[in-house]
Amino acid sequence: MSQPFPFSAIVGQEAMKQAMVLTAIDPGIGGVLVFGDRGTGKSTAVRALAALLPEIMAVEGCPVNSARPEDVPDWVGVKLSKMIKRPTPVIDLPLGATEDRVVGALDIERALTRGEKAFEPGLLARANRGYLYIDEVNLLEDHIVDLLLDVAQSGENVVEREGLSIRHPARFVLVGSGNPEEGELRPQLLDRFGLSVEVVSPRDVETRVEVMRRRDAYENDNAAFMKKWRVKDAGLRKAILAARAAVPLLKTPGAVLHDCASLCIALGSDGLRGELTLLRAARAQAAFEGALVVTRGHLKTVATSALSHRLRRDPLDEAGSGSRVARILAETLP
Amino acid sequence: MSEPLTPWDRAEAALAVLAVDPAGAKGLWLRGRSSPVRDRVIAALPLARRVHPGIDDTALFGGVDLAATLAAGHLVRSAGLLAVSAPVVLTMAERCPAGLSARLSRWLDERGPCLVALDEGAEPEETLPGALADRLGLFLDLGEVPWSETGPVVLDPEQVGRARLVLGLVRLPAGALASLTSVAYAMGIASLRAPLLALAVARALAAWRGEAEVSEETLRHAAELTLAHRGDLPEGAEEAEEEAEEPAPAPDDPGDDRQPQSQQDLLPDEILLEAVRASLPAGLLEQLAAGKAARSAKGSGSGAVRKGNHRGRPMPSLPGVPGSGKRIDLVATLRAAAPWQALRRRSDGPRLEIRKSDLRLKRYQESSDRVLIFAVDASGSSAFARLAEAKGAVELLLAQAYARRDHVALIAFRGVKADLILPPTRSLVQTKRRLTALPGGGGTPLAAGLKMAFELAMQARARGMTPTVALLTDGRGNIALDGTANRDMAEADSLTVARALRAAGFPGLVIDIANRPQPALRRLAEVLDAPYLALPRADAGRLTAVLQAAMGA
Repeated sequence: MSQPFPFSAIVGQEAMKQAMVLTAIDPGIGGVLVFGDRGTGKSTAVRALAALLPEIMAVEGCPVNSARPEDVPDWVGVKLSKMIKRPTPVIDLPLGATEDRVVGALDIERALTRGEKAFEPGLLARANRGYLYIDEVNLLEDHIVDLLLDVAQSGENVVEREGLSIRHPARFVLVGSGNPEEGELRPQLLDRFGLSVEVVSPRDVETRVEVMRRRDAYENDNAAFMKKWRVKDAGLRKAILAARAAVPLLKTPGAVLHDCASLCIALGSDGLRGELTLLRAARAQAAFEGALVVTRGHLKTVATSALSHRLRRDPLDEAGSGSRVARILAETLP
Repeated sequence: MSEPLTPWDRAEAALAVLAVDPAGAKGLWLRGRSSPVRDRVIAALPLARRVHPGIDDTALFGGVDLAATLAAGHLVRSAGLLAVSAPVVLTMAERCPAGLSARLSRWLDERGPCLVALDEGAEPEETLPGALADRLGLFLDLGEVPWSETGPVVLDPEQVGRARLVLGLVRLPAGALASLTSVAYAMGIASLRAPLLALAVARALAAWRGEAEVSEETLRHAAELTLAHRGDLPEGAEEAEEEAEEPAPAPDDPGDDRQPQSQQDLLPDEILLEAVRASLPAGLLEQLAAGKAARSAKGSGSGAVRKGNHRGRPMPSLPGVPGSGKRIDLVATLRAAAPWQALRRRSDGPRLEIRKSDLRLKRYQESSDRVLIFAVDASGSSAFARLAEAKGAVELLLAQAYARRDHVALIAFRGVKADLILPPTRSLVQTKRRLTALPGGGGTPLAAGLKMAFELAMQARARGMTPTVALLTDGRGNIALDGTANRDMAEADSLTVARALRAAGFPGLVIDIANRPQPALRRLAEVLDAPYLALPRADAGRLTAVLQAAMGA
């Protein structure tokens, strides 16, 4: 497929789209976890996001998409200096990918043909400064999860194997999707995602028909369809760029910080990561809405997605953690 | 209005659709054991390339062709099977691991490819991974098709060519889109891929039949081929029954001007829905539901890894000499040898020089998942409390199990038979949904409960998991395996099954929850070679502690 389905043309699923836009505004929020049934547009949204994101400036030919020529790692071995514009990388990490492919390994091609000991970068290198997408993240092999946890935390990939000793930056936004019925995620991995959203299949026929209609138009009348939606996507991209510029100028009143803390205490979420993510997400949300000051309203908008996956799980609680957050939100911040 | 298609008509229609528009239909899920009927269908598939569940990435996506590279002395790449978007056959699809399923799914999401999955699952649980099943448009179950009703399938190439030409021109009657959507919804199909695939199949079928506009009949047949097998869980079937009433009137909504009111091509959704229902093989919904649950257990993490010296999680390779079951790690060996080539190379050409010290051996670490099978007595008056405790224990265990990758299954036996309430799973969400309504009361078919536990344990072992059977009962088994109420026979049957369990070497645990300890149960525990525990008032917390101790956690 030459062009992915346009992001703006995705019907409904506002929470998912909103979460993705927020991470595009502030990658520091730390990724999105999308949980839900099959065929609800999870993969479509991630692939659409790749086309939506603004381009980045990077050193041409640099395997880790360095922003400045002096950042290019030594092991690349060649002096690179030309800067080019390139799309934000959105890298797929397939299930069952080997450790070699994820972290990188000895470049067997160069070893075989030239007898050189060189490093072949893996998926983590390619995802630097971009997005790493894991479909069915809950089925990922444990040892790959361990690798990811470490790299996602430190922002650096360290390879010590086969006589290689290599390190390179690997700062990426994790996007995971999956179906919770097929297995749960380890809390340590859950915690690495900034926001989590649950998607459900739309429940009314009209919405579903609209999904069908757009998808059908996309497949059978591609040119006209893309033309129609490209404008909307461009508008959204502009809004993201404007919000990025606005985030550092935002004022955050002390009352909002206080709200953040009291909400997290009431929910009993582990660690301080919840508060920090909540605040960052609220700031991004405020910037996206064009506000100058972060308010309690912004906080409330993002609270469910920022906190619902950080609660201690209670096996006897029939309602999902999302409704727990909503309940406590209503109690704590009226 | 015409009859639903006969099974063989469906097969022919599906093959025609595949020939006309493989990219639109995305593929075919062909369920059925190897048989002459299946051979007839396969013979009509326009396919050459086959993929098996154990295929590796290099073969799929291409990579360095080592043999050719070594021979030529420069790098030779091989093209992967998926590089060309021509149809691919996946054999033994019921054994497809989650990793391969994810790759194939991603490949299918592009425009053009088409996959035929040959699913030979013998048990309902053995079936295609959900991600693939969702993406393949067509479904055929050949299990019930008698040979006498089949005939050779010959697709006239001219007709196929004509159909392909007009495929883009086939018109869609107004309202067809809405009909398919609401029918899929009424069937309890959450995925929106299903109606889209049904639409593509309807277009292809109409093109094949030479219709300028998709006729009502064709649309109905397309729905039969694409939607019938996707019905949801058993309770979903009932929901669908109720929901059928709700969405059906939607197209007649007065505010909806896209629906032509007077034309005959207005499709009554009820008829479409009935057609789809009628083509459901008996019991298929239940089978698929069971399959879904089992599949999820199969797909979760390292549980899919089988036992053996040659499988499992790869570990760094070690220097050594191959032989006696040890396999050489070719790539690691070449890696070890590569840096030295410049030094070792002699003048007589670009040959690779490998020394014994370069040889590396493959090592695998196998991590087998554990599955705890509860067999719970749901008979009699105290069943309710007991079941509630067992349910509590299952949920508590699961809540703690995520880190250890334990699975839990629950069998309840009551009346004259045992029911699999919860197939092996690690999912708390699914568990809660399934455990909410657990029936109780009736006789005590202890033997049947044990037998089902045994079968489940065998299945789990076949999938590379390590099963443990925990029996919760008050010990007064009074229903024999054949369903008769005969206490002596019941006792003998239980002991027979218990011996089978012991012979198979499954660790077990007998928990006596009668008010007074039962000698019969102690005997059963001895036969099982399992620890015996009397817990007259077991609560979820204590049960969990006992079970974890028994599993050696």
